[in-house]
Amino acid sequence: MQNKTFRHLFMLPYALWIILFVIAPILLVVYFSFFDIHGNFSLTNYKNFFTATYLQMTLNSFWYAFLITVISLLVAYPTAYILTRTRHKQLWLLLIIVPSWINLLLKAYAFIGIFGTHGAANQFLEWVGIGSRQLLFTDFSFVFVAVYIFIPFMILPIFNALDKLNPSLLYAASDLGASKWTTFRRVIFPLTLDGVKSGCQVVFIPALSLFMLTRLIAGNRVITLGTAIEQQFLVTQNWGMGATIAVFLIIIMVGFMALTSIRRRGV
Amino acid sequence: MEKKSSSFANLFLLFIFVILYAPIFYLIFYSFNSGGTMSHFEGFTLDWYRELLQDTRLLIIVLNTLVIALLSALIATVTGVLGAIGIRSYKRRQTRNTLLSLNNVLIVSPDVIIGASFLILFTMAGIQLGFYSVLLSHIAFSIPIVVLMVLPKLMEMSPSLEDAARDLGASNWNVLTKVTLPYIAPGIFAGFFMALTYSLDDFAVTFFVTGNGFSTLSVEIYSLARRGVSLNINALSTLMFVITVIFVVVYYYLATRSGTKGANLRR
Repeated sequence: MQNKTFRHLFMLPYALWIILFVIAPILLVVYFSFFDIHGNFSLTNYKNFFTATYLQMTLNSFWYAFLITVISLLVAYPTAYILTRTRHKQLWLLLIIVPSWINLLLKAYAFIGIFGTHGAANQFLEWVGIGSRQLLFTDFSFVFVAVYIFIPFMILPIFNALDKLNPSLLYAASDLGASKWTTFRRVIFPLTLDGVKSGCQVVFIPALSLFMLTRLIAGNRVITLGTAIEQQFLVTQNWGMGATIAVFLIIIMVGFMALTSIRRRGV
Repeated sequence: MEKKSSSFANLFLLFIFVILYAPIFYLIFYSFNSGGTMSHFEGFTLDWYRELLQDTRLLIIVLNTLVIALLSALIATVTGVLGAIGIRSYKRRQTRNTLLSLNNVLIVSPDVIIGASFLILFTMAGIQLGFYSVLLSHIAFSIPIVVLMVLPKLMEMSPSLEDAARDLGASNWNVLTKVTLPYIAPGIFAGFFMALTYSLDDFAVTFFVTGNGFSTLSVEIYSLARRGVSLNINALSTLMFVITVIFVVVYYYLATRSGTKGANLRR
């Protein structure tokens, strides 16, 4: 009996937090999505969302997030694989993680310099003989910088999965005559799929919603769902529309999480 | 055969490290440039650092950032630890899982959504945007991380430890302070540390809930970077990089030390 009151006392601040900062904000976002810019209750925002402009933007946002996730994966998997084979692997892993602790904006700022008209990238292109060109404020620079920022987050879960892999499975595969590629395709990759999935989760969803990168690097050429939300809330001051886009982003997020975790049970 | 593939692997790893660190060192290199741009190095100067240290406005912003980080990490740690103890005390699996899912909502949500929904929340609640709104949001998004850091430690603790203490006549308070808290101390420290880094690193949420008068370092860097290259930011990022590296070294040292200590204790 006494324990129960003790427990409730413990849970009080935490429960308050759940109610005020987890449940209430979600409900408020959904509630606000039903109000148009004049504060009238309507479904205008939803109607607007299903027009060509917004659907196009959502598709674009998806496409960029997809590109960023796939490229990060293609770079991160071999890196993680090689890392697990090095001698001081924990130290090397730490060195991979350190850049992710540097403030994201500073890294983006560095690329403003590197991709600038007279920056290092263009100097390199001149030297190679291709000649300088506009790099900043292009789709390329956006994808490049986003991949740069997300790579450590993709490497980490894949590294952990690879590190847990029992080496005797690989010996068994090679004893049974599997080639290196077959071993990878039939043994290593399926067993590290969980790591790949959580890597994709931590990259894909932020890639849909990053807005500072599109502003700083892509110069408003790329508009992601995140950029659109920021625009509606802080520039246009149309909170209803912003909330509507947020509702769709939440739905997409939940869908993506469900997709990547249902399969996990199947494996 | 083995040798050849490993040298290719080393080359690949080297390439990744160069890509990861080049932008950071690019920033640092040009912070000593007297030319004022990030493309032509004219001569060595420390002017940018001097200018930075004389900038009282920036100094205040740095202090704000530190105060917010320390306060929010502290409050989030206390709430999170109590919450984790509370979650463990629920014996029903379903209750626990529900609480955990609610706990994780803010971890998986994109920053833009957290920022936008908190902006709505604070406006509805009549809390003026500024120090308190930023502090509250930082506490809010740090709590779930603390819970996730502390809960595994709690779960790993055998309940007989607490039962034994109670049998020997310890009060609830004694059990908590003499048995439970010392046992989960590593988790608490890890949680506090993570909360600290999350708060220092956050840009998007702060950007939404900070008003006109109040700013943190990330928000300030963003508004400076939007105006283009200015080597003050380079000097600032050099200092932040050095601090980060010191942080990492200290953390690595403590982690490896406590790691061996913990292993020794368990033997």
